Amino acid sequence: MIIEGRALVVGDDVDTDAIIPARYLVTTNPAELGRHCLEGLDPGFPGRIRPGDILMAGTNFGCGSSREHAVLALRGAGVACVVAKSFARIFFRNATNLGFPLVECPGLGKVGEGHHLAVDLGKGLVRDLTSGRVFEAIPLPDFILGVLDAGGLIPWAKRREYGA
Amino acid sequence: MGMTLAEVIIARHAGRPVAAGEFVEVSVDFVLANDITAPLAIRAFRELGAERVFDPGRVALVLDHFTPCKDVRSAEQCRVVREFARSQGIPHLFGEGRGGIEHVLLPERGLVLPGEIVVGGDSHTCTYGALGAFATGMGSTDIGYAMATGRAWLRVPGTIRVELSGELPHWVTGKDLVLHLIGKVGTSGANWCAFEFGGNVGALPLDDRFTVANMAVEAGATAGLFPPDDEALGYLRNRASRGFEPVYPDPDADYAEVIEVDLGKLRPLVARPHSPASVVPVEELEGIPVDQVVIGGCTNGRWRDLLLAAEVLLGRKVHPGVRCIVIPGSQELHLRAVREGLAEAFLAAGAVLSTPTCGPCLGGHMGVLAAGERCVSTTNRNFRGRMGHPDSEVYLANPAVAAASAVLGRIASPEEL
Ligand code: SF4
Repeated sequence: MIIEGRALVVGDDVDTDAIIPARYLVTTNPAELGRHCLEGLDPGFPGRIRPGDILMAGTNFGCGSSREHAVLALRGAGVACVVAKSFARIFFRNATNLGFPLVECPGLGKVGEGHHLAVDLGKGLVRDLTSGRVFEAIPLPDFILGVLDAGGLIPWAKRREYGA
Repeated sequence: MGMTLAEVIIARHAGRPVAAGEFVEVSVDFVLANDITAPLAIRAFRELGAERVFDPGRVALVLDHFTPCKDVRSAEQCRVVREFARSQGIPHLFGEGRGGIEHVLLPERGLVLPGEIVVGGDSHTCTYGALGAFATGMGSTDIGYAMATGRAWLRVPGTIRVELSGELPHWVTGKDLVLHLIGKVGTSGANWCAFEFGGNVGALPLDDRFTVANMAVEAGATAGLFPPDDEALGYLRNRASRGFEPVYPDPDADYAEVIEVDLGKLRPLVARPHSPASVVPVEELEGIPVDQVVIGGCTNGRWRDLLLAAEVLLGRKVHPGVRCIVIPGSQELHLRAVREGLAEAFLAAGAVLSTPTCGPCLGGHMGVLAAGERCVSTTNRNFRGRMGHPDSEVYLANPAVAAASAVLGRIASPEEL
């Protein structure tokens, strides 16, 4: 699967309070959470996100709390996938469990805001079509691929536990 | 090659030997969620098509983050959780007046035990590592799945061994040990790893071990594990809710890294905004004025923490420019603080004494910060906007430093008093 979109660039250690501040955790509605996506980083951020954008981050993206609302907020805002140098463990689990694609590229170089990107999830390649640079992702382990392929933990488990 | 403490526990729950880096499915002994994560977990549970939780006695639902409910929407979330507990016959539902902050409460009730695997819909579930449980935070979908099946998927963590020696100086606590470690490895230095503590573990009072294990996740760690010693087992003697078997690492375990820490050389430390890894000795920050001090939370809301704060506040006054908010971690501790005179010391000093709640720790209620305000807090996170406005600042410290800062109106070491 290839995701094409516009790059939205953030830095290192973007934590879950930045992705969705705790005061909004009184709902589980993705659209509502999406309206506040990354507001903790910059109050103007939600206004900059266009559906289909690809979020480009540094190291340790999603560190902090276990709130799955962080993934729901990104999805609700229309972010197509997140590419980062590394992800915090719980955020990685949550995105996997919800079937939301993450691409881990330790060697990710500078990508300009608004650059046109093509992320090849199958091959694990991130192409910056504006600059022509290509970055390689860490291949995902089979277990994770299986969960993602099913569309997340619930459909994966349903298939296995309940034969659905 | 032998197994680390994390590997020994995971192997027992996977039914086969395991090694770091592997993905395994394990049975879990206990599952928890709170008023923020439970509603989503319940949704996942239903989407799965599950009807009954795997074992109602092995699930805890703790209403602690926005309680006593701060608004209608938080009340609605709590209602969803209460109704689920009732319909499933889950006895361990905790709320106002009979509960506390989940990570203080569950050990106190003997619900999380050595050698067990505990998964919680809260990143600080790692706190129970202080008792030798492999306890780790997960998201709501994981928790919905665990409530339904009694199982979870794990990537077996590599282990960073922390070898302790020496004795803690006065005014130095487990908080300073863990801040020292986070400062050393960074906020992602232990990602997908576990910390395992060894050596002179007895030099750390059990309450301090909870603080250390609690903040393991601030270095990205999956878990922070202590071998259960006589103090830990003694604590559980009249509390354990079921039988358990303590387990220990193999002597020839394979560690990814070994870090040695001489407790005697530690000083009171402070993590500056906006990262728990931005750690400096308190002396470097002395003189910075503060608007609010929070003493409590799942990191430092236990008895030894309250005692240290009371030792500083007794007979003194909170500085006129400071709001000092003290939050015992559980109803049991709140009652004990009243019975043993600590409550009076706090109130007479001009502090707020609150019923147990997460409240200000996550900028929920009971002490939210305005733009430009500065807070010294004994909690575990000082990310931008964590306690309120994105332009507010949080400094993390131990309870004695926090109390001294409340008295002096600026960041201060208790030695100054
Ligand atoms: S006190 Fe703070 S860190 Fe602890 S469980 Fe509550 S919100 Fe989380």
